[in-house]
Amino acid sequence: MKDADKKRILREMIFYRRFEDRTFEAYMERKIGGFLHLYTGQEAVATGVLEMAVTGQGQKNDYVVTGYRDHVHAIKTGAPAREVMAELYGKETGSSKGRGGSMHIFDASQNFMGGYALVGQPFPLAAGFALGAKHKGSDQIAICFLGDGANNQGTFHETMNMAKVWNLPVLFVCENNQYAIGTRIERSTAVLDQYKRVCAYDMEASQHDGMDVDVVMEASKKAIDFVRSGKGPYFIEFMTYRYRGHSMSDAKGYRTKEEEAEWEKRDPIKIYSERLIKEGIISQDDIKAWEKEIDDEIENDIIKFAEESPEPKVEDLTKYVLDDNPDPRWIGPLQK
Amino acid sequence: MAETAYWEAIRRAHDEEMANDKMVICMGEDIGIAGGTYKATSGLYEKYGEERVIDTPISENSYTGIGIGASMVGMRPIIEIMSINFALLALDTLINAAAKIRYMSGGQLQCPIVMRTPGGTAHQLAAQHSARLARMFMSTSGLRVVTPRGPLDAYGMLKSAIRSNDPVIIIEHEQMYNLKEDIPEEEFFRPLEGAEVVREGSDITLIGYNYSVHLCLEAAKRLEADGISAEVLDLRALKPLDRESIRKTVEKTNRVVIAEEDEAPVGVGAEIMAIILEDCFYALDSQPVRIHAADVPVPYNAKLEKAAIPNADDVYQGALKALGKI
Repeated sequence: MKDADKKRILREMIFYRRFEDRTFEAYMERKIGGFLHLYTGQEAVATGVLEMAVTGQGQKNDYVVTGYRDHVHAIKTGAPAREVMAELYGKETGSSKGRGGSMHIFDASQNFMGGYALVGQPFPLAAGFALGAKHKGSDQIAICFLGDGANNQGTFHETMNMAKVWNLPVLFVCENNQYAIGTRIERSTAVLDQYKRVCAYDMEASQHDGMDVDVVMEASKKAIDFVRSGKGPYFIEFMTYRYRGHSMSDAKGYRTKEEEAEWEKRDPIKIYSERLIKEGIISQDDIKAWEKEIDDEIENDIIKFAEESPEPKVEDLTKYVLDDNPDPRWIGPLQK
Repeated sequence: MAETAYWEAIRRAHDEEMANDKMVICMGEDIGIAGGTYKATSGLYEKYGEERVIDTPISENSYTGIGIGASMVGMRPIIEIMSINFALLALDTLINAAAKIRYMSGGQLQCPIVMRTPGGTAHQLAAQHSARLARMFMSTSGLRVVTPRGPLDAYGMLKSAIRSNDPVIIIEHEQMYNLKEDIPEEEFFRPLEGAEVVREGSDITLIGYNYSVHLCLEAAKRLEADGISAEVLDLRALKPLDRESIRKTVEKTNRVVIAEEDEAPVGVGAEIMAIILEDCFYALDSQPVRIHAADVPVPYNAKLEKAAIPNADDVYQGALKALGKI
């Protein structure tokens, strides 16, 4: 990998961290409502997997779908960060025109197929995108990011089975942060290594460190190549950790400070920046300069855009329920 | 015109739309090699192959979800669910996903799926195969719900549903699959919106949908023998409802019976009754009457089942009540 790409990847991860931190502030200021689930700590997973996928190329992109912790996945797939922030602000200029909010970021122009709040619901949707891609003869694949908690839903088992039976081009990415909201994995799940669960469906699977973006990229490349070559679905598990609570209302009373400190020693941004400094690709000063640039961009472009954008019009309340321009031949009215 | 059974009409619509558009696929339990529980997809597997006529495992929620996902990337899936009771397993993907994705994406994505399922009582199938549930779907924003009463609508509405850009739930009925009707041999479409007066009358209106239209028609014949002219309105679409046609017929006849095969609480009849009160209360000459199932899980025993489910005589008696004759 070129030095320029390594630098970009590190800068992206720093951007995601600071973007999420800024949404935290905006939430405390009550600029953002509803539920807000932050990705802080897990940055290497979405960054590393999607770095190896086709992203940022509009309709040529692979199809990407995830749960409600979706801001970073959307941006890395190609959704403009200012539109994601405007969505959190509930504005008409937001990714979903203010109708979705934090948990439902969509950017169909980049094949970012959404964030979903029903745990496990993206499994079958992703298999459906893969079925569509296969049917159309496209070499696009579907990539489904979900947490370990989602694997206890029926949709997990049902979809793994069908994805395998129908040999669908779909990559399931399990971000194992060991907590389903506040319930630790040992207390909810019989098999702790999630990748082992899909052996019941004879699916290719592997488990990797999700805190080291180099490891994520290397493992993801193999998995994506496997899926894209037509060999069928693949399940990849990354061990990771979310630093903040499940959502903003979570006081994290279910885990210890010691455990949190252990994981933070292996912070993905720390690991990668130390490596690039050691390789002489960047300096601590470069990072400081980036942080300043990123903060300026977030404040003067992204937040400004979100703050200044208009809200949706109340008279548009009932738009988008059904097709707003239906063909009368199919819809009616009935000729009497 | 060709005499066509309800199941044949559905099969023909599948066949024509699959021939017309490669993006149309169908999926469901036993629809391929087995040809479908009610034969509605028979012969399609042989003609279009396993990639387009997909036999699914018994995983209603996820195969429906896969159909929804495929529809979001340009496919036109027709999803068969063997019984509406089993559709309860797919409510998450239907109601939380298909019905909401257009809205919560700000209109960027759509889910043009068709879900076909028989929803009604047949003969002694007991509680877990006799649900009707139309009321559950008609209360959901973002869905279209239609109830073809015969082969004409079964064919024409399925074709329209496949081409519509919205998720459409088509509720069929076990007791109608062999119902025959002459329908045109040339291609035609029937719209997904609009109630229809299927029998003109002036003294009273009998409102039905799905199989209960036939109960209304039978009751109307008996009323005719009594010298009473009954109008029958087939709602055809439960979502969105055609309020205008309801108002017109009530203003014309001033008396109304609403016949539904489902239980009454928070049901189709309750909604129609509310519409009548809101839109044409002063046109009424008597209290509207609801004919509906007993509020019990459907029993197996034939005698009990008969007592639980309304029939044409119940509708007839309801009409006499609305007319002040009993």
